Amino acid sequence: MTAQEVRLCGLLLQEHFGDVVEKVGTHLIRSGVLTLRALAHETKLPLDLVKKSLCVLMQHGMCAFGAGRRGPAGPVEYHIICEHILHMLRYPRYIYTAKSLYGDTGELIVEEILQRGQMTMSSTVKTVADRLTHNMPEGQSMDYSEVVSAFSRLVETHFLQRCPPMASAGSSSSEAVNTPLPVWSTRMVYIVPVKIELMHKCQGKRRRSSEDGEAEQRAAKKTKTDNSERGDEGIYWQVNFQRFHLHFRDQAIISAVSCKLDQTSSEIVRTMLRMSEVTTPAHAAFTQALSANEIFRALPFSYNIARPILDQYLTLLVNDPMEFVGRTGDSGGGMYVVNLHRALANLARATLESVVQERFGSRSARIFRLLLRKRHLEQKQVEDFAMVPAKEAKDMLYTLLSENLVQLQEIPKTPDYAPSRTFYLYTVNQLPTARLLLQHCYKTVGNLIERRLYETKENKRLLEKSQQIEAILASLQATGAEAAQLTEVEEMITAPERQQLESLQHHINKLDSSENQVDETIFLLESYINSTQR
Amino acid sequence: MAGSRGRGRSQFSFSVDALGFGRGDCLPSSAHTPSPLYPPMQFRPVPLHTGEEVDYMLALKQELRASSKNLPFHIKAARTKTDVARYSDKYQNGETKNNCIEWSPDWSRMPKELCIKVRKPRKTGERNSIIIITNTLEKREEEQHSEEEEDEEKKKQNEEEPDADEDYDEEELEDTDYIMSYFDNGEDFGADSEDNMDEAVY
Repeated sequence: MTAQEVRLCGLLLQEHFGDVVEKVGTHLIRSGVLTLRALAHETKLPLDLVKKSLCVLMQHGMCAFGAGRRGPAGPVEYHIICEHILHMLRYPRYIYTAKSLYGDTGELIVEEILQRGQMTMSSTVKTVADRLTHNMPEGQSMDYSEVVSAFSRLVETHFLQRCPPMASAGSSSSEAVNTPLPVWSTRMVYIVPVKIELMHKCQGKRRRSSEDGEAEQRAAKKTKTDNSERGDEGIYWQVNFQRFHLHFRDQAIISAVSCKLDQTSSEIVRTMLRMSEVTTPAHAAFTQALSANEIFRALPFSYNIARPILDQYLTLLVNDPMEFVGRTGDSGGGMYVVNLHRALANLARATLESVVQERFGSRSARIFRLLLRKRHLEQKQVEDFAMVPAKEAKDMLYTLLSENLVQLQEIPKTPDYAPSRTFYLYTVNQLPTARLLLQHCYKTVGNLIERRLYETKENKRLLEKSQQIEAILASLQATGAEAAQLTEVEEMITAPERQQLESLQHHINKLDSSENQVDETIFLLESYINSTQR
Repeated sequence: MAGSRGRGRSQFSFSVDALGFGRGDCLPSSAHTPSPLYPPMQFRPVPLHTGEEVDYMLALKQELRASSKNLPFHIKAARTKTDVARYSDKYQNGETKNNCIEWSPDWSRMPKELCIKVRKPRKTGERNSIIIITNTLEKREEEQHSEEEEDEEKKKQNEEEPDADEDYDEEELEDTDYIMSYFDNGEDFGADSEDNMDEAVY
């Protein structure tokens, strides 16, 4: 765990779960693996708070426990899974994807499960149906079966998965060691249990009169006692981040093809990816081979292109220097695959080039691209190939060198490394440079979050005042006040304060948007680096 | 090589034009201070993406942040009492205590050592009424405010969100005849606005 990752994890934990969890979490990340007592002792927090924090982290899948160094008889040890903390940055993107694929119902399901970490199916369905009913007009109510079907579809397409059962922890040691985990196969991860009895209709929209607060409570308490009879106790569902990442990767490839070539080619690539969704394992370098005949049959109806045109498009895709699609055989009109790892590498390379271009100018970018293609070049060769005057080329190269984007490789002619008799070659290594940029991205997001916290803190008094006034306005409106009273309350915020509030809101929106956008780059670079590690 | 020192004294071991500057060219001045914290940027950054998708995700992000503060997973440490114990403390049970957990995780999936046992301080005859209350929830019209009963109710809930504000200023609690603001000893007044003393407080 690098320093920037630890810092970012700390900021994210603090934002979502408070200072206590942040303290516990960062200490555990830094120490690696710790027992409960050691953690409480080192953070100097009361034991109960540490226990609560660990429960929260485990509920969200960010902390795992295992038998300690002294074996199953010793105390349990805990460690943090950093990636899951960093995924918190991407929650809006997951929710938006679920919305675009499965509508509002899917969106709310994924949002509930993300916020709660793990949930049973029955509680998810009930909460989501209640929320949807709340937003519907009077008299209508949400049918449970619709929510159940949306949930099942999410599970079938692997976006949600079952939480694996925990090995019995801290209990009798010999049993845990000898009996293997029973009947847990990977197939069960995506199967929805059928024997769940749910009330089929929600209670309907509650009446708005205030004395019905008690009626609501009574009804709510009644259904609480029904929960234990639902039948799916102990079966918890969590979001399958990997599946979402595969979906994002596919989206990135499709949009890259549509930018580089045209809409029809991107549709062809989309069809190929869709057909090989279930057959391709998660870390495969390329999809299953598909014949041109199959692709032709699977194309959507709106694109009725002729068969020879399809062949031309496929040839165009294969010959493109980005190498998104490759040809692996001739049967069935030609066998084609999508080169996933190469596509990711090309996307990462495009990201690096664009970073250099925006930071240092187009001529430095030209030198950078040259070095990426030609691997090792001498000073003189760089000047010649890039068609840049010597002085400026040196300047740019030294700037890039000081930023660590370009490396220098010495090749001695004599064993004493004399400078007049050594070749100095400039080179760019894509993978280490990508890692460097990824760390810069983490640092950037950390800076953005800190700036946002600073801006909020500076204007805390103003924000509180505006919140109080909104609350007063809302309560006045609820009890039916005149317009004069409302305007009087509104005028309690002066015009310059209003302006200050607006500009504060504008800044916070900008900072949040930037976080989302940097996260897209983080995703690309992380996918590329992970693809090279398998 | 040391041997060739005597001859060709003006020859260096590297050729001069490979350095990139000739004789008499002024070199850039050496640095006397660390480089500035915010160096001026040569090129302006590219503007952010805009569009419906971006706006929607922005709204989602801000909503998630706001709602996560209200979930029981947001843990605040209990404020330690720094002062003399006061009579009004008996009626001010609104603070969270360290030894109660506001949501009910599935303890079978977690190590046993993390299970927090809630200690119930012995009180007067209200103890029996609590047991009756949890069995006949429909009949109660007032919500009891003591933390033990909150825990009983919440353990029945299966990860539902906690009830909305206990507006304890207006409910009858602990069977006293005074409203709860009677017991407010004014220690919280002005505690939060210690900074920024420019504005006068009226």
